[in-house]
Amino acid sequence: MTGTEHTPVSRRKLFGMAGAGAALVGTGAAAGIGANRLLGGDSPAQAAQNVVEFHGEHQAGIVTPVQENLHFVSLDVTTKDREKLVKLLRTWTDAARRMTAGQEVGTGGAVGGAAAAPPSDTGEALDLAASSLTLTIGFGPSLFDDRFGLASKRPAALIDLPLFPADKLDPARGGGDICIQACADDPQVAVHAIRNLVRLGFGVTAVRWSQLGFGRSSSTSRAQSTPRNLFGFKDGTRNVKAEEADVLRDQVWATAEDGQPWMAGGSFLVARRIRMHIETWDRESLQGQEGIVGRSKGAGAPLGQAAEFDEPDFHVGGAGGEKLIPEDSHVRLASHENLNGARILRRGYNFVDGSDGVGHLDAGLFFLAFNRDTRKQFVPMQQALSSKDAMMEYLQHTGSAHFAVPPGVREGGFWGEGLFA
Amino acid sequence: MSRRFPLAALAGVGALVLTACGGGEETPAAAGGPIKVEASDSACAVSVTNANAGNVTFEITNKGSKVTEFYLYAEGDRIMGEVENIAPGLNRRLIVEVAEAGKYQTACKPGMTGAGIRGDFTVTGGGAKQTDPNSQKAQAVKSYAEYVANNTKALDEETTKFVALVKANKVDEAKAAYARTRVYFERIEPVAEKFGDLDPKIDAREADLEPGQKFTGFHRLEKDLWVTGLQPDAPQIADQLLADVKELVTKSAAIELNALDLANGAKELLDEIATGKITGEEEAFSHTDLSDFQGNLDGSKAAIASLRPLLQAKDPALVSTLDKEFGNVQALLDKQREGDGFKLYTTLSQDQIKEFASAVDALSEPLSKVAEVASQ
Repeated sequence: MTGTEHTPVSRRKLFGMAGAGAALVGTGAAAGIGANRLLGGDSPAQAAQNVVEFHGEHQAGIVTPVQENLHFVSLDVTTKDREKLVKLLRTWTDAARRMTAGQEVGTGGAVGGAAAAPPSDTGEALDLAASSLTLTIGFGPSLFDDRFGLASKRPAALIDLPLFPADKLDPARGGGDICIQACADDPQVAVHAIRNLVRLGFGVTAVRWSQLGFGRSSSTSRAQSTPRNLFGFKDGTRNVKAEEADVLRDQVWATAEDGQPWMAGGSFLVARRIRMHIETWDRESLQGQEGIVGRSKGAGAPLGQAAEFDEPDFHVGGAGGEKLIPEDSHVRLASHENLNGARILRRGYNFVDGSDGVGHLDAGLFFLAFNRDTRKQFVPMQQALSSKDAMMEYLQHTGSAHFAVPPGVREGGFWGEGLFA
Repeated sequence: MSRRFPLAALAGVGALVLTACGGGEETPAAAGGPIKVEASDSACAVSVTNANAGNVTFEITNKGSKVTEFYLYAEGDRIMGEVENIAPGLNRRLIVEVAEAGKYQTACKPGMTGAGIRGDFTVTGGGAKQTDPNSQKAQAVKSYAEYVANNTKALDEETTKFVALVKANKVDEAKAAYARTRVYFERIEPVAEKFGDLDPKIDAREADLEPGQKFTGFHRLEKDLWVTGLQPDAPQIADQLLADVKELVTKSAAIELNALDLANGAKELLDEIATGKITGEEEAFSHTDLSDFQGNLDGSKAAIASLRPLLQAKDPALVSTLDKEFGNVQALLDKQREGDGFKLYTTLSQDQIKEFASAVDALSEPLSKVAEVASQ
């Protein structure tokens, strides 16, 4: 079944349906009542604005202007039954269609089902708008083993990521058969989406690891301002932007000619959990911090330039001819000028996962990046950074995962349809 | 070892341009906007040849057929700012902060060689030349240089003994000598880090190696002694370690430090403790982290001791805070002494580790303020 086969119930509060008696009314009775009722404060225009279209050539959540919050989950497939997995992908796609449109999961939703049954929607997003929710799926290298007959479908670019210098990877924070990235402007909406998808997957998938993120640390549209990471610096000034069609075509979207026709219009997602030693960073002088990053902390201008979006000039020297953007600065090493033109689309988030038990915050950047061929883009970049970046003194990569992100879904289609065809 | 490479430009960043915070809209303060420079293969036409002190912005256009460079020189050809690799037809910008009034020279270098096509450039206003060598700073640097010399000498002697034991296959004795030897290295680590490739050769942790990078130095022998047994190439590794240490001794003797280096070094040693020793990552096989911890602490204390007269004059409260916090960390370390060394790091409880981390944080915060005081 698909989401179009029954009348959607909006999550927005159904006027006049409060009270226990009303909760027993089936969805048929509710149809047409809730559909056009809006949350307090939402004009119809605003409500339309905060729904991101689920269908399309590419999955949403890649070039979509970055939302404020993230809930990311990596799952292992626990069944060996291919049909069960395909059925789950269909179920998930249907739920994702509904949730991204601001609707509840399942036919009865949170309060419209039988009183004696557990509700089909967990309910914490009732009364919340769609909040620009996007749900994006990816398939890890381990899915392409012999369990589901997918070995021949594994894209060559979907490598097992190498161990980079100074990595300190926690096995409990890496890998996975399937990932789902939920991004929304409301943290509760993102959490609700992942929670409900995980719930639908019990018996077929199990959570391997997950990550909450806040305060987008990149912008993917020229319409967005550049946010700051937990080092206090603007992050993502030179990120690939949705408006750069040629760069997206060349460096983000996979094509059939890349080797796997099912990946045409897809991309490859690298996830890295990067712990920041923020306490020692905060003891670094302003000049030291700026030299490590290669930008000014205030305006975010490349050193030697005046404004944030000035192009960095790596050939400018200051006193004594010392390069103003130091040889071991982050900006220089990560720049496409120094990586044979390679760029990536970053979509990371800040995180603070409580504390580490010895008096420091467990904080950092949950790095998410999309590229067309990780072997030629992310890997050389990370090799250069891990071995030469002055910033590594303050960083520790604790989690690592890699996923093939299939193309977008057509109306009536499902996630990964081409892979399981 | 540190994962960080030395910041090359710790000293003399007079010309480093720091853009005004907040706005990002401001153009550098040169009267009448940027100064146009038209460079060709035989000329260097600078549209305006004088400026007020402050940020001076040049916009260089290469109209010639050769790749060129543009420089602003102070007297004696001291580079104030430069931009290289300006290809034919390109426009490039150079913003130089010129604090002092005086005579300067502009230069275009078509073909990026030679003295270039020079022109006079005058800066007016601004501050007077600073020619007051601070004797306290000079004294601080001199006294710390002696500390470095003493410790590199001891490192040389102890490494010689350690290497001899490894080569003689005397595993137990080599293990006993290992931590004792490393203390001297840990004390002067910020100095070692100034020689980019030497530090990793001597002190790289296995976890930090790059693909294809050979595992050498102290930690490779540590792994042999504690985990795998001495490998066939251990004698060569030992010889290389000694050669690298000797090179470090030679280079350290010639290095010119300044007061800011001392202050930053003192802070970096504590960062080392916070990110390497507290986690037990430094001595992953021998678990002699506490001995390294003591070495880092000694080195930090020595740098602060050298700066003491200077700090005492400028910020006595900071000095007493540092004394107190150094004392706290030392007291915690003293509790873990055993024989002539320390207990293994693996014997510490989580609570004890946390106590160390808190004491190190309490010391590191005031330590991070020393640089500003020392550079006044």
